[in-house]
Amino acid sequence: MNKKAFKKIYTKINQITKATCSLKADNVGYEELAIVDGRLAQVVKIMGNEITLQVFAGTEGIPTNGEVMFLGHPPTLRIGPDIEGRFLNAYGDPIDGGPELTGEEVEIGGPSVNPVRREQPSQLIATGIAGIDLNNTLVTGQKIPFFADPDQPFNQIMALVALRTDADKIILAGMGLSNDDYLFYKNTFENAGSLDRIIAFINTTEDPPVERLIVPDMALSTAEYYASEKKQKVLVLLTDMTLYADALSIVSNRMDQIPSKDSMPGSLYSDLAKIYEKAVQFPDGGSITIIAVTTLSGGDITHAIPDNTGYITEGQLFLRRDTDIGKVIVDPFRSLSRLKQLVIGKQTREDHPQVMNTAVRLYADAANARTKQENGFDLTNYDERALKFARDYTEELLAVDVNIKIDEMLDTGWRLMAKYFSKNEVGIREDLVNKYWPEVKK
Amino acid sequence: MTKGIVKGIIANLVIVEVDDPVSQNEICMIRHSEAELMAEVIKIGGNLIYVQVFESTRGLKIGAEVEFLGNMLEVSLGPGILSRNYDGLQNNLDTMKGVFLKRGEYTDALDRSKEWEFVPLVKKGDEVQAGDWLGEVTENRIKHKIMAPFTLEGSWKIESIAGKGLYTINDEIAVLNGKDDSRLPVTMVQKWPVKKPLKCFRNKLRPFRILETGIRTIDTLNPITEGGTGFIPGPFGCGKTVLQHAISRQAEADIVIVAACGERANEVVEIFKEFPELEDARTGAKLIERTTIIANTSNMPVAAREASVYTAMTIAEYYRNMGLKVLMLADSTSRWAQALREMSNRMEELPGPDAYPMDLPAIISNFYSRAGIVKLNNGEYGSVTFIGTVSPAGGNLKEPVTEATKKAARCFYGLSQERSDSKRYPAIDPIDSYSKYLEYEEVQKTLTELISENWLDMVEYARDIIKRGKEVKEQINILGDDGVPLEHHTLLWKSEVIDFVILQQDAFDEVDRMCPLERQKYMLSKVLSIVRADFTFQKFEEVALYFREVINLLKQMNYAPFQSEQFKGYEKQLESHLKEKEVVYE
Ligand SMILES: Nc1ncnc2c1ncn2[C@@H]1O[C@H](COP(=O)(O)OP(=O)(O)O)[C@@H](O)[C@H]1O
Ligand SMILES: [Mg+2]
Repeated sequence: MNKKAFKKIYTKINQITKATCSLKADNVGYEELAIVDGRLAQVVKIMGNEITLQVFAGTEGIPTNGEVMFLGHPPTLRIGPDIEGRFLNAYGDPIDGGPELTGEEVEIGGPSVNPVRREQPSQLIATGIAGIDLNNTLVTGQKIPFFADPDQPFNQIMALVALRTDADKIILAGMGLSNDDYLFYKNTFENAGSLDRIIAFINTTEDPPVERLIVPDMALSTAEYYASEKKQKVLVLLTDMTLYADALSIVSNRMDQIPSKDSMPGSLYSDLAKIYEKAVQFPDGGSITIIAVTTLSGGDITHAIPDNTGYITEGQLFLRRDTDIGKVIVDPFRSLSRLKQLVIGKQTREDHPQVMNTAVRLYADAANARTKQENGFDLTNYDERALKFARDYTEELLAVDVNIKIDEMLDTGWRLMAKYFSKNEVGIREDLVNKYWPEVKK
Repeated sequence: MTKGIVKGIIANLVIVEVDDPVSQNEICMIRHSEAELMAEVIKIGGNLIYVQVFESTRGLKIGAEVEFLGNMLEVSLGPGILSRNYDGLQNNLDTMKGVFLKRGEYTDALDRSKEWEFVPLVKKGDEVQAGDWLGEVTENRIKHKIMAPFTLEGSWKIESIAGKGLYTINDEIAVLNGKDDSRLPVTMVQKWPVKKPLKCFRNKLRPFRILETGIRTIDTLNPITEGGTGFIPGPFGCGKTVLQHAISRQAEADIVIVAACGERANEVVEIFKEFPELEDARTGAKLIERTTIIANTSNMPVAAREASVYTAMTIAEYYRNMGLKVLMLADSTSRWAQALREMSNRMEELPGPDAYPMDLPAIISNFYSRAGIVKLNNGEYGSVTFIGTVSPAGGNLKEPVTEATKKAARCFYGLSQERSDSKRYPAIDPIDSYSKYLEYEEVQKTLTELISENWLDMVEYARDIIKRGKEVKEQINILGDDGVPLEHHTLLWKSEVIDFVILQQDAFDEVDRMCPLERQKYMLSKVLSIVRADFTFQKFEEVALYFREVINLLKQMNYAPFQSEQFKGYEKQLESHLKEKEVVYE
């Protein structure tokens, strides 16, 4: 960070916890930045002349006579053309060996968009993955996380999805990313020849956890610049928001705040919403779409982090390994895209909503049949057919390695339904059945 | 005016030192170097005043000046509120400049230059009290009453009243005389503090008639009343917002006030975009004409989130006093409770369960008690019906906000994860949900008169079948299809018919989304005639196959316009399908 001249230097720190320290100082602004013993910190509480600072890199080794200097402004980032294609750390400093950024210095974590200035999200994002495009269609301006256990290949899927979309910019916010995953993203983006549309802010597991707290704001302020000023379609990838929330709880616990559920701060909902609500569709074409990852422990979505996330985001994509076919699928029961209504059957074929719903319902019938089977009961003929249908459906549509166009997904849906069921068993609107039901050759 | 100095800052909690008197909930302005920030007093400790700031406090410094305004948080009440999009503090969002919300930008709630055609309703010499109608203007299609100031005490005499003509809201339209010869000029706009219930009516009544929503599982099974209260708890993704939007579109109300409280901005945008296009089926007017939206979405300042529900409620009470049927919806009241929790934590108050403030139940119950149907001083009825959603943490209904709301609201529309997972929308659990109003004799009476003599028996019968169907399902899960008698399968599928045809309703289908009471009665009678019939089946596999087709045909009826050729066509097919298996007793 650039140090400005003539700043008063303080050398008496009164109190130090793992993430914060306090000292007496005057004329300090709330949320202002400071340098504490060479580390970046931010004002989180002011009581009279007693200032509490959150030290991003942690407080290990800070002496009570460490030098403290206030910078007079909240966190900023230099945004300009030379940020494109760059890999930066949480503070926006290059980690790719390239030159320092020279763009205009802008405050991060700025105000929110006036809701009446928003446009309704309306442009379909095709990913080729039927578990997404068919069942949980995404739209520009949407915010949606993958819910996945840590052993799922969510980073691979995110990178794949990002590269398949036609986004003008892809902004990666890595929080607690393993070094291997960081290199994976870097290589994947390089190999795809897409580096010029990438900007990455990376905090790895080797970096202090509290630093993660500035990563989303860095990424989203950059996104706002491209979406609002340059009218571009921006895709922001946030991985992993669970580690972000963990960092929040570290700080709030150090500040003696009363924790609520799962030792998360009571403000978790507002904190997460402030990030996710940056997703927006502007009327002039610019948009910010957020795809995030929230890792679960043991698939538990009632934990405060996924739970609050689910209340904020516009659905979730639930990844799970299907034991029958041995592949990762987008679970049709627990996944949801709340914005799909805006495009399915409108920008996609008219039969999309009904095919989607009916196939999921038949898949649910199969799940019931399986429970029956596991409990040792006889299966009816319908049950048997539902099970066969589910297997084909999983293999041909739910697996994440599928890469086809939406019309083909719909045709596949009809083909599988017709293969195992009769017209009146599927209960689809008559005019659609008449039009799309494939006549199977027995 | 009392002045103070900032002494402490923790996020949006600011501590101010004062020498002069300050009152609880008083509004103050904090002079930040970039903007004036509005704040509300929430705690007083000696000369230290705790205020919650309605904006970001970024950059604020110790020593900043504070000016207390002498009033509580108020809204402006007058013609021109309908069709507006406000933030939680009643700033007009449309007249704000720029794409991003700039802190410290406050816009007028009402258009001061617009002229309204005023028609007097009183004459010189008439006696009036607070809230009495002095005249009216036509706002959209509503007769917007101009009322005597709500703060009047006792009876006042009309000294003068404006004649029919065009006036702005700031023009004087009347002068009132008080007891001691005091003179009070009156305009078309007045202010009222949002946290104080607006009364000025003769008495509050027990709700006695249904407020039709067009949603079968509500109107038929657990109706809400005009002036009633209800709440919709449910895990995320189970359909709270879709259900509330459906109610806001279809309910038989004169005025709808929607408070988007700490939820997604895109959901409000949906209303912004759709309501100017969609028609109110009853009046043919555009929906936006009867609607006001209060938007404090989750990324907007937390303190204003708390204010937003009060702002909405006060506006609702205002229109109620015009003798109108007002429906207020809030999505989600949990976010409001969380805003209270955030402040309470910052003030280091002793926390109650789940770190919510101790007095949360009292706050919630006070708020719900502002709904109701009232008789105004002139004998007319006016009502505020309130339905809030609750977002329980982890979907677990045993949490403070749900429990406190359960005590305050009389209708419970619990959304079930299981129903939602199997796409049985709306996912209102038919067994756990209830409407206490069904126990009201006066409600039973009006329902019977409105629908039919045996309506309540029909509904109870349907409810009973749903319950028994569920029991059978559980038995089959334990004993297997073969393990229960054939009749059990029939019973299960009869309850499925009720589920698929009456309970489930497609909120996105042009026709099915809205089902008027008359149609609800027709369909319930139809379904119950099938439920009451006896059928001849040989084995259980036949039962499912047969009833799937029954359901299919009844659903096609739901999708077809009522009594259209199409509708009748499916009905015919259904009759002949029924004849195949139905036992006819000669
Ligand atoms: N009545 C309904 N008909 C059809 N789909 C529905 C219905 N209710 C909910 N849904 C589906 O569920 C999703 C989530 O509903 P929503 O009301 O946003 O949930 P919540 O507010 O409880 O989080 C919707 O986007 C829609 O796909
Ligand atoms: Mg919702």
